[in-house]
Amino acid sequence: MASMRDIKRRKGSIQSTQQITKAMKLVSTVKLQRARAGAERSKAYFNCMFETVNSILSRVGHVEHKYLTPGECTKKAVIVITSNRGLAGGYNTNVTKLVTRNENWNKEDISVYAIGNKGREILQRYGYDIKEVLPEVIEDPTYADAMLLTQRLLKRFEEGEIGEIYLAYTAFKNTVSHVPTLLKLLPVEYDAEQVKEDAEDNTLMNFEPEDVEALDMIIPKYISSLIYGAMVDAVASENGARMQAMDNATNNAEEMIGNLSLMYNRARQGSITQELTEIIAGAEAIG
Amino acid sequence: MAEGQNFSLRIITPERVFYEGQVQMVEFNTTEGEIGVLARHIPMTVIVKPGILTITEEEGEKIAALHAGFAEILPDSITILAEIIEWPEEIDEHRAEAALERAQERIQSKHEETDLARAETALQRAMARIQVLR
Repeated sequence: MASMRDIKRRKGSIQSTQQITKAMKLVSTVKLQRARAGAERSKAYFNCMFETVNSILSRVGHVEHKYLTPGECTKKAVIVITSNRGLAGGYNTNVTKLVTRNENWNKEDISVYAIGNKGREILQRYGYDIKEVLPEVIEDPTYADAMLLTQRLLKRFEEGEIGEIYLAYTAFKNTVSHVPTLLKLLPVEYDAEQVKEDAEDNTLMNFEPEDVEALDMIIPKYISSLIYGAMVDAVASENGARMQAMDNATNNAEEMIGNLSLMYNRARQGSITQELTEIIAGAEAIG
Repeated sequence: MAEGQNFSLRIITPERVFYEGQVQMVEFNTTEGEIGVLARHIPMTVIVKPGILTITEEEGEKIAALHAGFAEILPDSITILAEIIEWPEEIDEHRAEAALERAQERIQSKHEETDLARAETALQRAMARIQVLR
C-alpha cells in the first residue's frame, strides 16, 4: 500500500489539474457563447446567398460553365479547418479523419490548405502535401480571409492545376452536437429536384447581367460565404468540444480525488491502529 | 410615380446585419451602371460595383461606401448581400488616400505582372471611400 505522504502528494497534483480544467471549461463556455452569436449573425447572409444561387441555377438549368463542370485534373484541394490548440477531445482528429479515411482519395492527389495548426500537424505526419498553412485565420475569422483564400483557389482551378475543391470542417449543430463535415465546393453541386421546384417560383426574376455572366460573379461570392460560414462554425465547435472535454476532465478528477481520499483515510487509520498495537505491545512487554 | 411610397431595405454582410428599415429610394452602382430603385420595381438581381450607396429615408439621406456584393430587388423589398460595406465614420481617410495612390501607380506603371483588373477594382474602392467622406 502506498504511503500516506505519496497519496497526499498525488491528491494535491490532481486537485491543481482539476482547477486548471475547471478554469479552461469556463473560458471555453464564454468563448463558445461569443462564437455562437457570431455564427448566428452570419446565418442570414448565408441563407440568402444559398437561395439566390439556387434560384440562378434553377433558371440556367444545365449549362456548360467552368464552375459547374469538374476540371480535367485529378488533383484535389482540401481546405481543412481545425484549431491551433489541443485539449479539445476528438475535435481535430475527427476532421482530419475525413481526409485520411476517405477511400476514394489518393494521398498523392490531395493538396491541403490547412486553416489551424493541429490539422497541419496531423496531416503532415501522414505525409500529405501541405500547400498553405493559415494558423492565424482561425483565431479571429474575417470574411476578408475567406475571400482571399477563395481567390487563390479559383485561380488555381481556372488554370487547371486542381480539378476539385473540398472543405473539411466541423459543423456546429448545437452546444453538444458537432458534426465533422466534408463539403464539395467546386464544381458546384446542386440538388436537381429542389432546383426544379424553385424554378417555378422564380420565373419572374430578371438578371442583370445575364444568367451565365452572373454565375461568374456570384459563385466566387458563394464559395467565400461557404468558407467563412465553415470558419465561424468551426470556432464555435472547437470551443464546444473543448468545453465538453474539460467538463469530462473535471468530473474524472473529482472521481479520482474521491478514491484517493478514501485510500488516504484508510492508510491513516491503518497507521494509527499500528501505532496503538505497538504501544500496547510495548507496555505489555514492560509490565 | 411611386413618390413617397416606402419599401423595406435589408443590407446583410457576412458579419452582421448592416441596415434594416423602411426607405423611399436606394441608389447604388452596378456592373450595368448606376441605378436608383423605388418601390414596385420589377424583380431583378444585380451585381454591385464599388460606389456610393445612398439610402433615402423619410427623415433624410444616409450614405455608405458599398464595394462588393449583389442585390435582390423585389417589388416590395430589396436585399443587398454586401461583402464589403462601410458607413462614412468607419472609413480611414488616410488609408483610402494611400490606397488610391498605390492603385494609380500600379495602373500607370503598366508592368507585365500587374493584375490590371485588380488594380482597377482597388482604385474604384478607394475612390468610393473618399467620395463618401466628402
